[in-house]
Amino acid sequence: MKKEQVNISRREFLISTTTVGAGFALGLYIPLGSSLAMAAGETSSAAPEVNAWVVIEPDDTVIIRIARSEMGQGTLTGLAQLVAEELECDWSRVRTEYPTPGQSLSRKRIWGSFSTGGSHGIRGSHQYVRKGGALAREMLIEAAADKWGVPKAECSVAASVITHKPTGRTTTYGKVAAAAAEMIPPFEVELKDPKDWKLIGKPIKRLDTVDKLTGKQIFGADLQLPGMLNAAIKACPVFGGTLASFDGAKVSKLPGVRAIVAVEDNAVAVVADTWWQAKTALDALPVTWNKGANANVSSASIAKMLDEGLTAKQAFVGNQVGDAKAALKDTVKKVEATYAYPFQNHATMEPMNATALWNKDRCEVWCPTQNGEAALEAAAEAAGLPPSQCEVYKIHLGGGFGRRGAFHDFVTQAVSIAKQMPGTPVKLLWTREEDMQHGHYHPITKAKMVGGLDDKGNLLGLHIRISGQSILASVRPEGLQNGADMIAFQCMLPGGDHAISYTVPNLLVEHAMRNPPVPPGFWRGVNINQNAIYMECFIDELAHAAGKDPLEFRRKLMAGHPKSLAVLNAVAERAGWSKPAPKGVYRGLAVCKAFASYVAACAEVSVDNNGKLTIHRIVAATDPGYAVNPQQIEAQVEGSFFYGLSALLYGECTIKGGSVEQQNFHNYPSMLIAEMPKVEVIVMPSGGFWGGIGEPTIAVAAPAVLNAIFAATGKRIREFPLKNTDLRSA
Amino acid sequence: MAKLSINGKRVDVDVDGSTPLLWVLREQLGLTGTKYSCGIGICGACTVHIDGTAARSCIIPVSSLNTKQEITTIEGLSVDGSHPLQQAWLELDVPQCGYCQPGMIMSVAALLKGNPDPSDADIDSSITNICRCGTFNRVRRGIHLAVDISKRGRS
Repeated sequence: MKKEQVNISRREFLISTTTVGAGFALGLYIPLGSSLAMAAGETSSAAPEVNAWVVIEPDDTVIIRIARSEMGQGTLTGLAQLVAEELECDWSRVRTEYPTPGQSLSRKRIWGSFSTGGSHGIRGSHQYVRKGGALAREMLIEAAADKWGVPKAECSVAASVITHKPTGRTTTYGKVAAAAAEMIPPFEVELKDPKDWKLIGKPIKRLDTVDKLTGKQIFGADLQLPGMLNAAIKACPVFGGTLASFDGAKVSKLPGVRAIVAVEDNAVAVVADTWWQAKTALDALPVTWNKGANANVSSASIAKMLDEGLTAKQAFVGNQVGDAKAALKDTVKKVEATYAYPFQNHATMEPMNATALWNKDRCEVWCPTQNGEAALEAAAEAAGLPPSQCEVYKIHLGGGFGRRGAFHDFVTQAVSIAKQMPGTPVKLLWTREEDMQHGHYHPITKAKMVGGLDDKGNLLGLHIRISGQSILASVRPEGLQNGADMIAFQCMLPGGDHAISYTVPNLLVEHAMRNPPVPPGFWRGVNINQNAIYMECFIDELAHAAGKDPLEFRRKLMAGHPKSLAVLNAVAERAGWSKPAPKGVYRGLAVCKAFASYVAACAEVSVDNNGKLTIHRIVAATDPGYAVNPQQIEAQVEGSFFYGLSALLYGECTIKGGSVEQQNFHNYPSMLIAEMPKVEVIVMPSGGFWGGIGEPTIAVAAPAVLNAIFAATGKRIREFPLKNTDLRSA
Repeated sequence: MAKLSINGKRVDVDVDGSTPLLWVLREQLGLTGTKYSCGIGICGACTVHIDGTAARSCIIPVSSLNTKQEITTIEGLSVDGSHPLQQAWLELDVPQCGYCQPGMIMSVAALLKGNPDPSDADIDSSITNICRCGTFNRVRRGIHLAVDISKRGRS
């Protein structure tokens, strides 16, 4: 059967950036955009798509379309594995491409969501991408069968080669792809049984490594377009403040300067031939700000706001079992503790950036983004044009961690600048200082924990009162449920992707929402970073108060949580929990369910007489249901420990005068290679569900280490980061 | 006008002498493999070699350089991506986002020049590049693998 041909135009061009005086040339394959493409003499591939997910070139190159963004987490390769598994193509000939958000818009979101966050890349799209691969396979086989005039059922396929079994005749996908593109896809297709998977579950190499080793990989910040100018920007350092005035005449004669423009109501940018010229002029530009209502907000004023929430009468309830308050009155032993978690910056290695080209009837943006569709919306709004007259080209991200998903302030700014220079592409690149001061920070919260034990050391009741910031209230208020932000309760909920790992007879989990005027955002792990510290450190406190081994105490509460128990047992066994640690080394445990995966960790640390912490070894276990690429899961687990432990050791943004005090990596440090512990990763997929990978493990990083520090020193640290605390033994 | 020697070629660049080498590489010469991240010489994303020694190009004004100093960028580390570190990084899938990796590789390449078989302690004391994806354990394995690759190449 044949269909009307649907084909998207793929634009990929060789841009030769011939360099000044040097004769170097870099060949960059980047999407040039329709306006510029005309000028560059566009050549697009002749091959029609088999379907939205699969294009096969006559030479058997397989192009798999990926809607989610690759930012280091390996989703690009994992999603390609899912499609290729069903497609039965030759993996060695696979490459990938991003459809654009504009193409998605014009094709009624045929690729589904572009959003790359919440550890959703694979678990949110495995079904339809595998189906896309399977349908393409069926169409390719049908095309071969048609060509041979044989029944389709007599044909088989392996590694892009179709065989007519009775005669042994063969052909390849590349030879029948054009005919397959005209077939009507089968109405339904059955996906493979997981036991038959050949690519899924294999530790396949990433598809995107080679260019990252030679400098060839183009990130957003590296983009060069013909005739492009460069912009540097400064926004009012006080949250909510606005731009009052600037004296452009003071810098307009500086070398390379082309324009000095107000951006939105709160920023000013200098546009110049080179970014360094723009940045130099911006540094010299006299600017005055209207600091607005938040000029006196400080870390102390925010702490006071949160403290009030810890005991306030009203709070949202996230989980309630039995009557915790009554049970706590009757307990033999009551344990209380208050924890606090600071603001943190994502600090992606590549600062925020976007390149925009605005004309009165079309706007195009090139940017690193975790959500191309959201970038398109932001571009259209700033451009004053309908989305159908805008386009976004996704450029590789130098890190995301949540900063480039829900927020496209950098796109809004770039378009706002480009709009003031019609017809000229302008690349906006933030300085690190701008990036540090204008983040969407990990939310700040505190938690008051009260637990009660009976005379045998059994946990009778647990009351958790969280006070602090809601991400949804700021970012996506339509996501609130009767005013409550349910993601504030991650890993403490009654069920679902972020269910509590314990059965507590009397439980009350509450959130007193207190929203200081510092913009919060989704930060790798979202709310599990602090919630798992609250939960797992306090469970450890209760175990010690009960005089019980922290593993045994947990096990007793986990009978109804077999998958959580399995990962906890796995780390305990591998770490040798039942045997003594090496002399001077102490262990700590943590377990969590997050983003639908089950994770646990055992940390081994030592603290010397000067209070110097060494994290020697981490044993981590992950049950993500299905493990698409175990070696990439290992990389994500290791990375999660880095990110979570960097946050624990150093991560803190403090507020003074309504601004973030930290400016750069000198006062917002990161863990270095010397501090990175060994990480032993146990990937133990139990099948039957699809859990996330990029974030869950971050939950257990900090609490496992904190519990080990307690074992080493007798100190319970309840305020972070650790750099502010003397770790010498209590 | 700055006169420089980059990746074996002599170049004349019309630029203010206070411009950091990083921006000359990226904006005048199109060598964007060398990255901007902190601009204050801390993170190492901008690492290049000057006469074989690792240098943080974001804080080096071009006026302080001359053509006798041989500058090597990631693009000039090998002709075809075959430096032992590049081979090892590929073998172990070291990069995640990859933004810090050119600087990381250049820092390690400089270390290996003076210390062809570094211990873990040597690595800890010399490699201070920031990687926010947390690739450090693979970086470490990659360094040791590159040493093995080099030894195999010599034997």
